Amino acid sequence: MESVNYIHNIPFISIFLTMFGGIITPLLSKGKLAQKINFIIVCIVGILSAVLLVSVWKNEQSFTFMMGHFPAPWGNELRAGPLEALMALTFSFVMANTLLGGAKFVQKDILPEKQNLYFVMINLLFGSMLALIYTNDIFTAYVFLEINTIASCAIIMAKGTGESIAATLHYLIICLLGSGLFLIGISLLYSITGHLLMPNIQQSIIQLTKTGEYAFPFAVVIGMIIIGISIKSAVFPFHFMLASAHPAATPPSSSILSGLVLKSFIILNIKMFYCVFTIDLIRSLRITNVLFLFGLIGMVVGSVSALKETRIKHMLAYSSAAQIGYIYMGLGLGNHAGMVAACFHILAHAATKAMLFICAGGLMSVSQGSDSIHDLRGAAHRNLMAGIGFTVGGLSMVGVPLTAGFVSKLYFASATIYSPQKMVITLLTLAVSMILNAMYFIPSAIAIWTPVEKKEEYTKPSRKMEIGIGIFIVTNFFLGICYKPIIDMIELGIRLL
Amino acid sequence: MNKQNKKSKWQHFVDWVNGEEAIGMPKKISFKKIDFEKLQEDFEKYIWSGRKKAIFYMVMCVFVCLTFIGILLHTVTALPYFGGSNNPASNEVVQRYIENGVEETGATNIVAGMILDYRAFDTFGESNVLFLAVICVIMLLKKDKYNTTEQEQREEKEDEMFEKEDSNTILKRIANLLAPLLFLFGIYVVLNGHISPGGGFSGGAIIGAGFVLYASVNGQQKMQRFFTYKIFVRINVICLLTYCILKGYSFFTGANHLPNIIPKGTAGALLSGGLILPLNICVGMIVACTIYGFYALFTKGEI
Repeated sequence: MESVNYIHNIPFISIFLTMFGGIITPLLSKGKLAQKINFIIVCIVGILSAVLLVSVWKNEQSFTFMMGHFPAPWGNELRAGPLEALMALTFSFVMANTLLGGAKFVQKDILPEKQNLYFVMINLLFGSMLALIYTNDIFTAYVFLEINTIASCAIIMAKGTGESIAATLHYLIICLLGSGLFLIGISLLYSITGHLLMPNIQQSIIQLTKTGEYAFPFAVVIGMIIIGISIKSAVFPFHFMLASAHPAATPPSSSILSGLVLKSFIILNIKMFYCVFTIDLIRSLRITNVLFLFGLIGMVVGSVSALKETRIKHMLAYSSAAQIGYIYMGLGLGNHAGMVAACFHILAHAATKAMLFICAGGLMSVSQGSDSIHDLRGAAHRNLMAGIGFTVGGLSMVGVPLTAGFVSKLYFASATIYSPQKMVITLLTLAVSMILNAMYFIPSAIAIWTPVEKKEEYTKPSRKMEIGIGIFIVTNFFLGICYKPIIDMIELGIRLL
Repeated sequence: MNKQNKKSKWQHFVDWVNGEEAIGMPKKISFKKIDFEKLQEDFEKYIWSGRKKAIFYMVMCVFVCLTFIGILLHTVTALPYFGGSNNPASNEVVQRYIENGVEETGATNIVAGMILDYRAFDTFGESNVLFLAVICVIMLLKKDKYNTTEQEQREEKEDEMFEKEDSNTILKRIANLLAPLLFLFGIYVVLNGHISPGGGFSGGAIIGAGFVLYASVNGQQKMQRFFTYKIFVRINVICLLTYCILKGYSFFTGANHLPNIIPKGTAGALLSGGLILPLNICVGMIVACTIYGFYALFTKGEI
């Protein structure tokens, strides 16, 4: 009998722990207890992921984990390396912090008898995101993608108002379009390669490209899978679902959706590039150029739409669309440096946008719940921490030095050196988009800090929210100042993929 | 009036900073002087432009769908012949499932062996999807103060009154004869899932259909005597929990090459197939509850 390598069990334990939490939660009658259990589970997963990250980073290795008694092509398999561990750590960190900061909103917005069901969704959503990060099998990816879709729709509609249900329908239709394309792609891919496991598919794809067999179905498959996943991550023409979903959902749901759920699909896309289709093939089929183009358009269109908005949550939703554009632009550059920058932006945006939504919720709750920026005047004086958080987040989105957003934009700009033909347009769009970002974040920041004479009735912000936002602010500066080791981890992770 | 309508550039800037004015937003209409004829004209124009838009969207929809159909049909013709022996899909994976499946999983039904042993992680995800779907429907439709009005409640009470007076004797007798048979058949399909065609998903659907038949004939109140919301949630949770723990144990021992204490039994016997039988029972109960839960929530909003 061999000794058990507990580090290698961490991905499996993380996924099963969150699923376990989701399954037992309906038995709890109190929402607060469900919240506590959920928080503890997310924290445990975070600690485990940190241990995993340290271990794989030190050993510079990635490993596969056999799910069951049967080796890979017959059974399921998980895979973990530095990139996966880093993403899992970030996701659990952002999740825990969002739940801490957004606890009050859940208690206020959702009916008490349905609060425990909300945490079922949060748990299973988190589990599915972990599974999407760790999976090494495309059918497992599809199953957890389904869980992800249903749970994310459920957390939008949890508020139960008519507006939120309409937004959920919008979100659901677009998500199902993405899942449908992905599923058709998988089944076609299975019939031409005969495998569902990522490394085996890659081998047969290399064979197929050599012989030139099934060239047309193969092109269709790549298109469907990449487009399907991109739709689900709200790339440019499909970003309208965010604009209806975010304002209608309760703030922690918005944070989780924008900060984490969209990112889990982008990570799946990166895995598809490296572990299934190989990056050379993607480049030679010019898929990167398509993603690059939509990323650029998304950056500008998202920012312009945000500029037109006078409501804060709509503005943040469009800003998310623009930031997703940045990430796709990084993927579309098609070089190693672009990928690294895109991965870093995933982290930076996850930390920043989650904070912005919580802060926006905090500012709204001290201004009679109105989401118009005009009504939020002086809100920062009533809820100081949310005001500071919103300002820091805005500066980070604009790309002011010392914040997380600056580092990712710096790396995006320097990554263009390796793709000279895309260099000019990328740099120009980056500049335009940063100016647009400044044009909508700075007026709203000024508005919330403008003192108002009249005294309004409001409840004092809770201590938990202040702690949550405080941790987010520190994280943002941490990512903006001590970014070097994180970039190293991402580079190592992508090399090992 | 004029002064208010015409703002200086500075005023525009101030408004923009305050979030009152966004570039490209429609200007506020002053309600004092409304030209109704012009308004109607505008409205008609608006409707017409909407109709034009709708026609454009319809044409585009048809165009996109036809393109997709064309691409997919062309793809299908280029795919390997279905069931051919030289297909890429007929490889070592399928070979091992067929040749060693019975020996390795202990189940004569190879499909059950595949979904509940070789690829059990996917099936675990799939049963979670069902669970999630039920919880979502409960969240959305279970009566609360947002989704029911007083009128609806009154109407429902009247419905119940009518249901009590209704005596469809023939229907009730036959349904009451049929329901137990359906339950028995469903249980048979679930229990023999590893030996013969069937399994948790199909057997559970049959049991669920039995529940739906019983409830729709006898009224939901009779159903509630033995099947309440609490029991519903508990069955779902306990079954899924059993699945989670059993499979967690099996994955843990399998992945770390530890000895597994669960016997496989002789293939073909009722008590064989290792974990497949208990897992089938769990999945069957979840599916049955899900189907009945959907029916109850969609008709009454209560279980």
